[in-house]
Amino acid sequence: MSAENLQLFEIFLRSRRGLDHKHVGSLHAEDHEQALEYARDVYTRRSEGVSIWVVKSDDICASQEDDSESFYDPSNDKPYRLATYYQLPDEVNNM
Amino acid sequence: MVSDMNEETKQAVLNYTIRLGDDAVVIGHRIAEWCRNAPFLEEDLALSNVALDFIGRARMFYGYAEELADDGRKEDYFAYMRDHREYQNLLIMELPRGDFAYTMVRQLLVDVFNLYYLEQLISSTDETLAAIAGKAIKETRYHLRRSHEWVLRLGLGTDESKIRAQKAVDDIWGFTHELFDLDELEQQMADAGIGVDNRSLQQDWSAKVKSILEEASLIVPEDSWKVKGGREGYHTEYLGQMLNEMQCVHRANPGLEW
Amino acid sequence: MVEIDQQQKFQNKIDAEIKIEPKDWMPEAYRKNLIRQISQHAHSEVIGMQPEGNWITRAPSLRRKAILLAKVQDEGGHGLYLYSTAETLGITREEMINALQDGSARYASIFNYPTQTWADVGAIGWLVDGAAIVNQISLQRTSYGPYSRSMVRICKEESFHQRQGYELMLTLSRGSEAQKAMAQDSLNRFYWPSLMMFGPHDTESAHSASSMKWKVKRETNDDLRQKFIDQTAPQIEFLGLQHPDKDLKWNDEKGQFDSGEINWDEFWRVINGDGHCNRQRVQHHINAHKEGAWVREAMASYQQKKKSKAA
Repeated sequence: MSAENLQLFEIFLRSRRGLDHKHVGSLHAEDHEQALEYARDVYTRRSEGVSIWVVKSDDICASQEDDSESFYDPSNDKPYRLATYYQLPDEVNNM
Repeated sequence: MVSDMNEETKQAVLNYTIRLGDDAVVIGHRIAEWCRNAPFLEEDLALSNVALDFIGRARMFYGYAEELADDGRKEDYFAYMRDHREYQNLLIMELPRGDFAYTMVRQLLVDVFNLYYLEQLISSTDETLAAIAGKAIKETRYHLRRSHEWVLRLGLGTDESKIRAQKAVDDIWGFTHELFDLDELEQQMADAGIGVDNRSLQQDWSAKVKSILEEASLIVPEDSWKVKGGREGYHTEYLGQMLNEMQCVHRANPGLEW
Repeated sequence: MVEIDQQQKFQNKIDAEIKIEPKDWMPEAYRKNLIRQISQHAHSEVIGMQPEGNWITRAPSLRRKAILLAKVQDEGGHGLYLYSTAETLGITREEMINALQDGSARYASIFNYPTQTWADVGAIGWLVDGAAIVNQISLQRTSYGPYSRSMVRICKEESFHQRQGYELMLTLSRGSEAQKAMAQDSLNRFYWPSLMMFGPHDTESAHSASSMKWKVKRETNDDLRQKFIDQTAPQIEFLGLQHPDKDLKWNDEKGQFDSGEINWDEFWRVINGDGHCNRQRVQHHINAHKEGAWVREAMASYQQKKKSKAA
């Protein structure tokens, strides 16, 4: 019952300026403010971050594995969206 | 620079620095007692961070004392080989950890004091003390953010938490007057622009503490009792017990590397 | 039919080294097995704060005090990472803690041994964390994604734990006679229990087979234990201490050490309650938790009041 009344928050860290925030784990806190402070104490003990996002776990809506066919398969047949699809002569190939 | 100081100033700065080291190590030790005993795991980690800040601060002050003393006494000599009669920390630092309310209320009172104290120490003419203050004040701002929020939660939480918080305020209040005393050494250091005139901090401290306590719907006690003596080594019984424990391994085999 | 189909798809993923993620379909037994293992791992970290925490107030130098406090704090952090990993499987921290406190969940039996001297802090960091790391490195490849990611982070942090422990032992064994004796005594007491941390022989282990099939575990208890024995022997020699295993002998043919038999009676006795600290450890957890109840209630009530004020 250590955290019987507390909410679960997901923690995202930006490890350096210029990089994306990345999910690192979760923790229990009373509200966003406190979650931010605990995230600082729990997930940045070795200066792992320069910016923190906290999100209530309940607020995350995740795609389901069952959806993956309808979500992701359709893009499998669109290789023309990828740079590697286009063969260019060597002279101009660093494009 | 240490090399530019005359012998008398050097001694005075040394004694002044040791006191600041004593304050930091004693309260750091107290907060560290929470590690594995906190109300939930996140708080174990947070309190340990605060304790680590204070132990680090003690090491910086004692490290500077080592340099000033220049007689072979090292950082650990100051922490481990001095008796409680020689320790010169403020009494509020040595009070036991008590319950969570006691710890957080003491922390609030100390954090607000440290905030104003360090803001002054940053402009010390002594570059080392100023540099330590520069690092410490960042930590203190975070400590205060935490202790402020916790006192609100406790004061405005349940009936029980309010009672416990109020009792802590009442039981600790008499130890806060000492924060604003100035003895001869401190006067000398303040005059020289090396130390801080603690008396000048009292008004800001009172205003800030009062506003936070009121925000937490806690009653600011009357100034009906005052306990003093830490800077002269006149301590509560708690410090002797604390140091007995803290120093026992080091002293059982003195002079060794650990 | 659908169930069998799912089972097959699941096992195919495992066989192809594709990680399983929280929202994926998984057999109930896989989920249960993971919850058991991850929560036991989390409890071990949290209960493991106690034996070393016992020395925070007595650490003989400020440097050691800071290191030890940071280390014990890390254990708490690792417990927290692992609880949050287990929570992705649909169990709450509250449920896990209840199970720890009522005795239905286990933690590593090594923490039922008492820390009697300062050298034990060194021996635990070096041997106990060392053994844990051997196991955890292997678990970085575990099939459950969140568990694998926690292991990567934990391994990164734990290498400091083992190194500080060994450095502490090195200082003692290069120190006075009394310090050296303290180090030897500590090694003698913690060596065998560290070997027991890898669990019973593969032939006796209740969970090994399914754990291996699902790639929750990647190497067997005995293989991991052998790695640890092999890496530890030269470290003991470098310290100039006596190896506690008198039967230890290098086997040229196998390219590894042959070692003496573990006292499994002791292992089972300590697990089943005859350790010096079994009751103390759980009771300490219960006490701290009870003592904190009013704080947690205050938080919740404050939060409630803030919410109704805002509404």
